[in-house]
Amino acid sequence: MDDRELAKTIEIKPTPSRFRNPIGKYKIRRSPQCIGCGKCVELCPYGVHQWVGKKLARPKDYKCIGFSCRENPFYCIDQCPQKALRLAVNPICETLGDYRWTADLIISTWEQAETGKAPIVDCEYKVGDSGGGFDRIRFKFPEEKLDKKLAPDEISTGIDLNKRGDGRPKISISLPFYGGGMSFGSVSLPTIVARAKAAKTWNTFTCTGEGGYPEALAPYDDHVITQVATGLFGIKEQTIKRVRIVEFKYAQGAKPGLGGHLLGDKVTPAVAQMRESVVGNALFSPFPFHSVYSIEDHKKHVDWIKQINPHTLVSVKVSTPTDVDMVAVGSYYAGAHIIHIDGSYGGTGAAPDIAKKNIAMPIEYAIPKVHKFLVEEGIRDEMVLIASGGIRTVYDVAKAIALGADGVVIGTSELVALECVRCGNCESGRGCARGIATTDMKLTDLIYMEWAVQRLINLFSSWRTQLVEILGQLGMSSIKELVGRTDCLIHLDYVTEAQEKVAN
Amino acid sequence: MPKKYNVKTKITPPRFTPIGKSGIVDFSEDCTRCQACAKDACIYDVYTNRNFDSKQLADSIDYLCKNCFRCIQTCKKGLLSKSINPEYLKMGDDYWTPDIISSNWYQAETGKIPVSGAGYRGRFVGKGFDEMWTDMSEIVRPTRDGIHGREYISTAIDLGRKPSLLKFNNEGTLISEVPQIIDIPIPIIFNMLPFGDISENVLVAMAKAAQELNTFMIITEETRSSLASFTKWLIPQVSIKSGNLPEEMIKNKMIIELLYENNCEIIMESIKGINPDVILSLKVPLNDKATSIVEDLTLKGVEVIHLYANANGNAINGTNPGFIKDLVREVHLNLVEKSIRDEVTLLVSGGIAMAEHVAKVIICGADGVAIDLPVLIALECRLCRKCQKGLPCPVEVENIEPEWATQRIMNLVGAWRSQLIEVLGAMGLREVRRLRGETGRAMFFQDLERENFAPLFGERRENG
Repeated sequence: MDDRELAKTIEIKPTPSRFRNPIGKYKIRRSPQCIGCGKCVELCPYGVHQWVGKKLARPKDYKCIGFSCRENPFYCIDQCPQKALRLAVNPICETLGDYRWTADLIISTWEQAETGKAPIVDCEYKVGDSGGGFDRIRFKFPEEKLDKKLAPDEISTGIDLNKRGDGRPKISISLPFYGGGMSFGSVSLPTIVARAKAAKTWNTFTCTGEGGYPEALAPYDDHVITQVATGLFGIKEQTIKRVRIVEFKYAQGAKPGLGGHLLGDKVTPAVAQMRESVVGNALFSPFPFHSVYSIEDHKKHVDWIKQINPHTLVSVKVSTPTDVDMVAVGSYYAGAHIIHIDGSYGGTGAAPDIAKKNIAMPIEYAIPKVHKFLVEEGIRDEMVLIASGGIRTVYDVAKAIALGADGVVIGTSELVALECVRCGNCESGRGCARGIATTDMKLTDLIYMEWAVQRLINLFSSWRTQLVEILGQLGMSSIKELVGRTDCLIHLDYVTEAQEKVAN
Repeated sequence: MPKKYNVKTKITPPRFTPIGKSGIVDFSEDCTRCQACAKDACIYDVYTNRNFDSKQLADSIDYLCKNCFRCIQTCKKGLLSKSINPEYLKMGDDYWTPDIISSNWYQAETGKIPVSGAGYRGRFVGKGFDEMWTDMSEIVRPTRDGIHGREYISTAIDLGRKPSLLKFNNEGTLISEVPQIIDIPIPIIFNMLPFGDISENVLVAMAKAAQELNTFMIITEETRSSLASFTKWLIPQVSIKSGNLPEEMIKNKMIIELLYENNCEIIMESIKGINPDVILSLKVPLNDKATSIVEDLTLKGVEVIHLYANANGNAINGTNPGFIKDLVREVHLNLVEKSIRDEVTLLVSGGIAMAEHVAKVIICGADGVAIDLPVLIALECRLCRKCQKGLPCPVEVENIEPEWATQRIMNLVGAWRSQLIEVLGAMGLREVRRLRGETGRAMFFQDLERENFAPLFGERRENG
C-alpha cells in the first residue's frame, strides 16, 4: 500500500503517561484563594483543569501549552476571577535532559507519543542545545509563494531499500526511518515486540540487534531486520531465512571499535538461552569480525548471507571513521544494498563515556561525505544510504536526508516515546528503572504492550505529519526529492548574525 | 611478550558525601507516609539508605539518586520534585567542570571506566581538547582483543634519549654509546601539586602509588624521611637558585628534573659531571618560545623535556594564549622536521583533566603526561581552593589515611589507563608509543567543518 493510503488507515489513540505524575514543561499552582468556581474547567480546551466529583483536581499541568496561551481568550491565569492561578516553567526541567536531548525535546517527544500530533505545548521541539551539527542547521524555505500548494495527501514519505536492480525484492517502507538494533537482553521483550508491532503498523522495520531472534517476533518477521554481529549470538540459518533484511554490524557509533558488552547481571536464563550462553556471565562481542580483514573477506560474508537467503537484502552497519566513505564504496562492491552509517553521538546501549564523546565523527559530517563520494563513484543511485546516531526529532530526520541520506535509523527517540528519561543507568544492576532496558521480570512488567505499541505509532504519526508539512513548504511531493538537497539548508555558523536572527 | 601490566583497583568509597548534581525536593507537609517512593518506586534503595551528614549539611540523596524520576512520578500526592544542587555547579571552573571532577571521583572510587547508556550528552564541540575526535579503524586493521584480555595493548613509554642511528665497527661490535632509558608502564607520572594541603600523608600516598604503578613522582623535598623508602620512584626537582648541588642525591638518581633558566647549561654540565648516566628532565614553560627552546635543548643532549602549561592547559606568560594541544603540536612537528624527534622525550603537564586528554595530547606529539590536579581530585578535593586562602579543607585532605589515598590514586590511574586502551584498541594500535604524533588517527573540528560543511554552506563566520 502506498504510504499516503496507509497513513489514512492508521488510528491515533491518546496514550498518556504510565505514571501517576507526568512531567510537563509548565507548572500551574492553584492558591488557597481558589473558590472552586470551575471557570478554568470551562475555559481550558486542553483538559488541564478538571473536576473530581465536586472538587477541582490537581491541575494536569503537563497538558498546559504554557505562556503562548496568553494570546488566547481562554487563558486561565488571566481569566480566573480570584487570580488564584499561577503559571511557571516547571523547575524540574533543569534536572531533566542534557545538551543533546534537552528537557524540551524529551517532553515534546512524550507529548507526541501521547497525542500522535505535532507538539502544541510551547517547547523547542525541533532542535537541541548542543551548539553544532543539526542543532545549528535550519531549513531554508522558499520565500516566494509556491505556484501550486501540495495537499498533504499528495505528499509521499516512502523510500525504497533496494536500488540495485539485482533481482532481489524491491522493498519499500512508508516512512524514511526504521528502528535500530536493540538486542534481547539490552531491552525487555515487551519493548522489542512493541517496536516490531509499531513497525508493522507503519510498514517500516525494526531490528533485533545482536541477541538472538525471540519467537515472539514471528508475526512481524516481514518487518524485522536481524543483525549479524561479531559475537554471532543467537544467529541460526532459520533466523537468517525468515527476514527480508539482514544487517551486518561491523561497529556501532556510540562505541566504535569496541564491540559490545552485556554485563553479567543482564544475562538472565532467558537471555542466556537465546544467546546460547551461560547465565550470569558477561558477554563480549569482540571487535572487529575476526574473519573480516579486507573488503574481499567482507564480500564473502555478504555472499554467505545471500546464499542462505536468496530473497533477503543486505545492510552493512558501520561507524564513522575518517575513511567511512571508502568503507561505503567497499560495501557497494561487496554487494550490499544498504550502507548504514552510525555516527558517534547516538546509540542506546551502555557505552564508555570516552567513546561516545570522542571516537569517530558526528553523523552530520559523515552523511555529506559519504553521499558525495558515492555520487563521485557513480554508484549513488544503486546504494541506499541510511544514517543514524543522534537523530532525535523529525527535523533531524529531514536534515539528515537533505544532507544526503535516503533515510535514517532511530533508537533513543523510540525509547523516549516509551518514557525513557535518559538517566543513562541502562547497564547497572537490575537495569532500567522504567522497565525499558531491562530483563528484570518485575521491572519489565512496568510496560504494557498495547500502551507501548500505541505510543510508538503515535510518535511516528506525528513525525510523518510534520515531515509532510516540511516537504509541502519546500514544494516537494516526495521525500525522495529531498535527498542531498543541501541548498534547502543553512548552517547558522555560516550566515551573518542578522541572517541568523531571521532564521531563528 | 612482556609480563602483563595490571593496575590493581579496588572499590574505595569516599570519606565524605560527595557533592551530587541534583537532589530530590520533597514538600513533606502533605506526605501521607505511604512510602510508595521508598518501597516501590526506588530500585536503587536510595530512600532506604538515606542519611544526612550533619557535619557537611549534605543529604546522601543528592549523591545517590540516579535520576530515574520514578519516585517523583509515582508519589501519590505529587509532592516530590528535583532540583539542581547549586553547590555542584559552583565546583571547579570553566575548565575543571563539575562533571569532570565528579567523573574523576567515580573513577577514584571504583577504578572503573565511566559507562552510561542512551548516547552522548554533551556539546557538539568545545574548546581545546573538545575540538578533536579520535579516529577508529573499521574493517581492515589488526585485531585488538587487548581490552578483554586475550591480547596485549602496551601503554609503556620510554623516558630518555633514543639515538637516531647505531654505529658498528668492522667486526660488528656496537661502538655507539647507548644512552640510558627508563621504561615506565604507563604514560603518566605524578607532577608536583600546585596547591592543597600537601601534608606528609598526601606525599606518602602519592609516592606509594608511584611505586605500585611503577611510575614516577616529581618532588622538591626528597629529604623527608617518610619518603626514604620510595626514593626509586621519585624525580627530585633541582633548582639553579638552590646554590650547592646535592651531590650525594644526584649520584644515586636515575632521573632528575631541572627548572629551565637561561643559563641552566652550566648546571646541566655539573650534574652530568656528578652522574653521567642520570637522565635530565628540563622543565620548560609551554608558550610560543617553547618550540625553539625545545629544539635547542634537544640538540644540546637533554633527554627529557617536561613542558608545563597552566592548570587550564594554557600557555605560561605567552604573548598569545595558546592551548597545550596546539602548542605541543608545534613543538613536536618542529622536532620531526629537524629529524630529532626521537632523541628527546616530551612530557606535558597542565590541563590534563580526563583520560581522553592523555590520548589527545599524545596524538598531538607528547610522549606522556604529568598529572597533578586529578591526583588531588582522587583524594576528594573539590577544587574549592579554600586552602589557598588559608581556610580549612572541607574534605580534610590533611587527615587522609595513606593506604586509602594510595588506592584512590591507583583506581583513578587504572581507570584512565583502561580508557586509553579502549581508545588505542578502537584505533587498532597495540601500543601507546605508536600513538605519539599520530594526527592521522584524529579528526579536528576545523578540518571536518572545512571538508564537509564549507562546500555546502560557504564560509564559516568567525567565532560562529
